[in-house]
Amino acid sequence: MTDAYIYDHVRSPRGRGRSSGALHEVTPVDLLSQVLAALRDRNELDTSHLDDVVIGCVSPVGEQGSNIARLAVLNADYAENVPGKQLHRFCASGLEAVNSASAQIMAGQSDLTIGGGVECMSRVPMGSDSGAMHADPAIAYKTYFIPQGVGADLIATKWGFKREDVDAYAMASQQRAANAWEKAYFDDSVVPIKDHIGMTLLDRDEHMRPGTTLDDLNGLKPAFEVPGTQAGFDAVALQRYPEVEAIDHVHTAGNSSGIVDGAAAVLLGNKETGKALGLKPRARIRGFASIGTDPTIMLTGPAPSAEKALKRCGMAAHDIDLFELNEAFASVVLLYMQRLDIPHEKINVNGGAIAMGHPLGATGTMILGTVLDELERRDLETALINLCVGGGMGTATIIERV
Amino acid sequence: MDEMKTIDFKTNDDGVAVLTIDVKDKPMNVITPQFLADMSEAIERIRDDSKIKGAVITSGKDSFMAGADLKALVDTFHERTNAAEVYAWCRGYSQSLRALETCGKPVAAAINGTALGGGLELALACHYRVAAMNPKSVLGLPEVQVGLMPGAGGTQRLPRLIGIEPALKLITQGRHVSLSEAVELGFVDKLVVAGNEIDEAREWVLAAEEATQTWDRKGFKVPGGAGLMHPASVQTFMFGTSLTQKMTNHNYPAPIAILSAVYEGTVLPIDKALDVETKYFVSLLMDPVSRNMARTLFVNKGAADKLVRRPKGTDKRPVTKLGILGAGMMGAGIAYVSARAGMQVVLLDTSSDKAEHGKDYSRELLQKRIDKGRTNADAARDILERIRTTTNFDDLDGCELVIEAVFEDREIKADVTAKTEAVIAGDAIFASNTSTLPITGLASASQRPDQFIGIHFFSPVDKMPLVEVIVGEKTGDRAIAQALDYVQQIRKTPIVVNDSRGFYTSRVFATCSREGIAMLAEGVNPALIENVAKQAGMPVGPLAVTDEVSLELSYHVMQQTKKDLGDAYEPTAADAVIAKFVESLDRKGKRFGKGFYDYPDGQKKRLWPGLAEHYPLADEQPSIDEIKNRLLYVQALETVRCMDEGVVTHVADADLGSVFGWGFPAYTGGTLSFIDTVGPAAFVREADRLAEAYGRRFAVPESLRAMADNGEAFYGRGSGAAQRSAA
Repeated sequence: MTDAYIYDHVRSPRGRGRSSGALHEVTPVDLLSQVLAALRDRNELDTSHLDDVVIGCVSPVGEQGSNIARLAVLNADYAENVPGKQLHRFCASGLEAVNSASAQIMAGQSDLTIGGGVECMSRVPMGSDSGAMHADPAIAYKTYFIPQGVGADLIATKWGFKREDVDAYAMASQQRAANAWEKAYFDDSVVPIKDHIGMTLLDRDEHMRPGTTLDDLNGLKPAFEVPGTQAGFDAVALQRYPEVEAIDHVHTAGNSSGIVDGAAAVLLGNKETGKALGLKPRARIRGFASIGTDPTIMLTGPAPSAEKALKRCGMAAHDIDLFELNEAFASVVLLYMQRLDIPHEKINVNGGAIAMGHPLGATGTMILGTVLDELERRDLETALINLCVGGGMGTATIIERV
Repeated sequence: MDEMKTIDFKTNDDGVAVLTIDVKDKPMNVITPQFLADMSEAIERIRDDSKIKGAVITSGKDSFMAGADLKALVDTFHERTNAAEVYAWCRGYSQSLRALETCGKPVAAAINGTALGGGLELALACHYRVAAMNPKSVLGLPEVQVGLMPGAGGTQRLPRLIGIEPALKLITQGRHVSLSEAVELGFVDKLVVAGNEIDEAREWVLAAEEATQTWDRKGFKVPGGAGLMHPASVQTFMFGTSLTQKMTNHNYPAPIAILSAVYEGTVLPIDKALDVETKYFVSLLMDPVSRNMARTLFVNKGAADKLVRRPKGTDKRPVTKLGILGAGMMGAGIAYVSARAGMQVVLLDTSSDKAEHGKDYSRELLQKRIDKGRTNADAARDILERIRTTTNFDDLDGCELVIEAVFEDREIKADVTAKTEAVIAGDAIFASNTSTLPITGLASASQRPDQFIGIHFFSPVDKMPLVEVIVGEKTGDRAIAQALDYVQQIRKTPIVVNDSRGFYTSRVFATCSREGIAMLAEGVNPALIENVAKQAGMPVGPLAVTDEVSLELSYHVMQQTKKDLGDAYEPTAADAVIAKFVESLDRKGKRFGKGFYDYPDGQKKRLWPGLAEHYPLADEQPSIDEIKNRLLYVQALETVRCMDEGVVTHVADADLGSVFGWGFPAYTGGTLSFIDTVGPAAFVREADRLAEAYGRRFAVPESLRAMADNGEAFYGRGSGAAQRSAA
């Protein structure tokens, strides 16, 4: 099997996902194009060597529709021979795009690819693509569909994470993200996003609230109590998890991932092509895996997908130096730490989506880049990147510095 | 041309055909094979006769039309398993109505009275609907209440007329709506003074410019939107599905089938949509749940309400004056329902205060009804005036029936029996509302045990639909007839059972609570016990219900039974738990503020955290199915024993008593229908396994084993209310 190497990665800063957000005026195609252009320019890449550009996007409709990958390739003035494809594995789309782009290299069918992701949640709101999962009665009934937030609350209840626990985790995320920005850990990889006349719109993650205290967090209202109790989703959850007496709604806007705009891309290739193009490999893709788990609770896929990927690589959790698990909801990370026995010092060390936001289709790409930078900064070897996935799945990727 | 037997077809000089539906020998028009044939014939005539300009459809009865003939449906599809065959049969009416709305001539429905189910569907297939202002008329698609759904366009035309969300509310709840609400919702076009509806409909037909439905016109859109790219429709189906699951616990297939039929159908052209509807209808019709519900909730309940168990040869004797001894919660409730039914009520207790306190219950309930606009002050005053409180037994003079609802103590009951019999007429009937003491024993205190009977009400009396009539050893036919006539007067459903400890309902119901408590003792997670019981369809979990009736009461019944039975008493795993809660933990139930649950002020009850200390969780927890089976099987098996012992004599009574008495899940059709649904052979296999694992309470009675071996069932082939004589 051919090895797939990571040569570089860039991401946009994350803009608040509403009309007041700094990136709201940027179209999704433009946002992704700017990221692709930056990746090309800083590597002085002759894009005609690219065999494919694979882009994750979770609401691929409206201005994110009709295969945004190909449109961004054209808009970024990549060579015309570069094809693009858009894929969808819900929240892991950005990581799946990297895995898929790597797989083409590993299989020997591509030499040089880009994996990335984009989501402008301020312009194409979450759920814009609708779908049978939650609203086709036959499907939602058969799978006992409940919204993810109720699933996160169910995790907290079933595994005993209290409001204090999830809030404490959220505060740590804010502190870590603030620290990382302050110490410029992200500077090398974040490209400022500009408007049509070249003025910078945003060069820093906009969602963060660095001064957040536990009191602030404690004052927030549970976000999923209303759908849980009034729309009957708690009852549906208990039908699947009758060992739980009643759901404790602990998640709030403060300990759940933020809604933001963002895009990211990773340049991948085999050894020879990189060498020929004068690129320096930064890491190798060791392996990856996705897995299906119970669709009702929906968010318990990370640990089984991590174990599957580790097994595939002949590794164990203790072989991993740093973990990056998307902070969709605090309870998801707390359960993951418990299951894989991971100390807090080894996971999401520079904060995550609770502080900086979760641009659905782009997050997987972003956190892979973040943890690679951190491996280099700390001079460590291995990292495991993981996301929980809608519909009850998990996707994991293991990278290793070279 | 065949003669139409159910439709009077007259064409007037103005060219308007008036179709008057009158299905002979039925109290309401229902869909019979003859009606289907006549309707097809009529539609052809409207379409093909060039002298006919249009048509008006009305009814020759007080009501417009009810739906399908449920009894016929139950009988027809009891054994049918071929979906294609059922589909072919079912689509006839739907296609007929489609032919009506596409006949090319304007058709108006003149709705003279109530239109339900297939009757309303006929009206919806007309191009215009005018209704006679008749305050008693209701419209609705109630099929869901017997596990079915509209099968002739109801799920397609109603949302196309009034929008998906309001249509779903009507169809998934099976709610009846008034004429004014129907106009407001938009599926009745006009209300007119009764008697004018046909003329109004005729005028519309003569003036009509369009003879098509809006959904057959170009550019039609479902009002409010349809499909998954329409945000409002997404919300409707998403919340509709979650709330349906909450309501049905996945036990009732009809509501979700209705959602799917509307969801899938409203993005299709009407012809395809009707076909999708028919297919969902077929799947429900072939599901045992619809058969169980139609049989128990409709056919058997209807027969019981008409007093199928009333002894022949005794004259009907309505109660005009009723005596009630004891104005506690039960006595007060009995007084309320009886006074509302028009009887003079004498409510007797040991002090006027107590008696008046009992009457307060009626005052409060009536005030609530006034507040909600359901009755007026005059009517309420009339009812209250009929309740006379007293402490004097002489006031019972003239009562045809006296019901005692005093404390569950044999001596007190014997005393009031004697005092009452000293006053009442020689032919009056004396009834006991005991729920625990055998009637035969109580009757020994009576001078006329043949006129002594048990009438067991459920609490709260005004809400609970069932009354269990208990026949003691010496109880005569006249007492049974009187009790049944009275139950009919108060509009409740009676079952008739023979005397035994706990009679039928209390005896079987207790097995479920005890099973839940036994699980707790075994180390099963109490939340799991409670949630799975509800998931199985029980209204409340066994621990919660024990708290409700109070552990103290369970304890007293247990002690009394021990005393009465002596060595014959068989202790259960629940006994020790109940004793511990009452004797040492002092957690006697909800009334005492604590039991299996804590009852914090102003908050929801929560399982007492101390349970884990006294009954540590077992390492291995049972599956959902294991708990469900234990809770349901234990009740079904005890019911079979009641049949074997002759406590219950009719399968239908066993089913009715279980569903309406203690809330055994309706989707099963009742405790014995449940065995039929599982299949007696499969049921016996599982019960044998449970007996092996948990004990004799799951032992299969020989009668049931024989039934399974012989390939028989409680309800035989094609029989709506089969009987099985007591062993």
